[in-house]
Amino acid sequence: MPHHDPAELSRREFLLTGSTAMVLTAVPSALKGQEKVDPSSIASHVDFEVNGQAHSLTLDPRTTLLDALREHLHLTGTKKGCDHGQCGACTVMVNGRRINSCLTLAVMHQADRITTIEGLGSPEHLHPLQAAFVHCDGYQCGYCTSGQICSSIAMLAEIRAGIPSHVTQDLTAPVPLSEAEIRERMSGNICRCGAYSNIVEAITQVAGKTA
Amino acid sequence: MKAFSYERAQSPAQAAAAAFKPGAKFIAGGTNLLDLMKLEIEAPTHLIDVNGLNLDRIESTPEGGLRIGALVRNTDLAADARVRRDYALLTRALVAGASGQLRNKATTAGNLLQRTRCPYFYDTNQACNKRQPGSGCAAIGGISRQLAVVGASEACIATHPSDMAVALRALDATVETVRADGTSREIPIAAFYRAPGATPHLETVLERGELITAVTLPRPIGGIHLYHKVRDRASYAFALVSVGAIIQPDGTGRVALGGVAHQPWRVEAAEADLPQGAKAVAAKLMEGARPTEQNAFKLPLVERTLASVIAQSKGAAS
Repeated sequence: MPHHDPAELSRREFLLTGSTAMVLTAVPSALKGQEKVDPSSIASHVDFEVNGQAHSLTLDPRTTLLDALREHLHLTGTKKGCDHGQCGACTVMVNGRRINSCLTLAVMHQADRITTIEGLGSPEHLHPLQAAFVHCDGYQCGYCTSGQICSSIAMLAEIRAGIPSHVTQDLTAPVPLSEAEIRERMSGNICRCGAYSNIVEAITQVAGKTA
Repeated sequence: MKAFSYERAQSPAQAAAAAFKPGAKFIAGGTNLLDLMKLEIEAPTHLIDVNGLNLDRIESTPEGGLRIGALVRNTDLAADARVRRDYALLTRALVAGASGQLRNKATTAGNLLQRTRCPYFYDTNQACNKRQPGSGCAAIGGISRQLAVVGASEACIATHPSDMAVALRALDATVETVRADGTSREIPIAAFYRAPGATPHLETVLERGELITAVTLPRPIGGIHLYHKVRDRASYAFALVSVGAIIQPDGTGRVALGGVAHQPWRVEAAEADLPQGAKAVAAKLMEGARPTEQNAFKLPLVERTLASVIAQSKGAAS
């Protein structure tokens, strides 16, 4: 193994990544000419509310909202799928709007109100969408389900608010509640088991009652 | 992800001054930047969170246009009643991009500044002049089906991924900024993006620290607004080719393309031929095109998509 400049490969980074190979490939391209930051010196503070409960956290700013929910608050109902905003498994609602919790830093959510699947219903009192997913068999493995449910609740609110989609024909008329609208608006939630037809059925069942 | 320090910006001028420091970057929606930071393609040492800067309003301008704050989320911009009525092309382009979750977070300025989705830019084991200047371009001679056919260089054939920017180009938008020294300026969108040339890592004319504060639209020009995006799946995919057009009742109009170049692609001189149909316009838009074997299909696809949009405008007008 060749000798390395200690400035390029600190012990801390070695421990953080857990792999010499990763450090060797990553450092030259990304950090050339930039000073390093000591992770122990950069903790940031954030206060937010999750499912009606106030939380006050001091975090490494790299912590995503998803990791804060799962690793720090132990709310593991929100799932990590791709961790790059492509699958939608991590969907939560922030101030009532659905977002990918993997693509936002927890420290960016000062004073926000966050709702996760744990905040929607309980095993005894399911949220109507949770009940509809059970009734319509809107899943197979279930890994994407909490994201699907959080996304569909906020999605139905978007239709009620008149927010247009790619399949909305008339931009100046009220948005219709149709299967085409639901399918287009749920395209950010992937189900690898392919339970889409039952997911659409579950959402349609609830939408018919609330829209 | 590499470690970084974090601050919440207090004012646009303070944010711009703070971002002048080497290694500093703004974060707004974060949907593109955090993705790239996880892959260590972006490795800022300091993040300046601009979300608290109150740049999230859409206001009418004295000239009869609209001033869109840099932090207006893509969903809110697409849903604004004035945009839907007077600048429908912008709504159509916005809702053709990304997913509901991403549009709820992504901002107007961040959408303009998003990076290419060229697979070789994303793969840190590959040569990429945009990611690592001077390393070469593995896309040239590689898998290039998605990549640019016009305006590219020997150093880079990446495309700009934004749908929104295509609409803003056709609408003659202006980008408002504040620089690190506190002065502000206005940049026409036509002059905002830089051609890749030998320096594809320099994508816009923004200076170090310069912060986008708003995007303004001139007064509405009427016409039928259409955005046709051709992609590999019906939703949540980047464009192979997209055509944004505003067609007037007499057949004149404006056209801008997505998915074909490093920037939203518009050739004003081509637009005079619009009443004669798609062929001549597409030929002028694609003048100087140098497609690869894999993406040569984009040239006829531009013409056919434009023909479809023109036909649609006639149908909508009758």
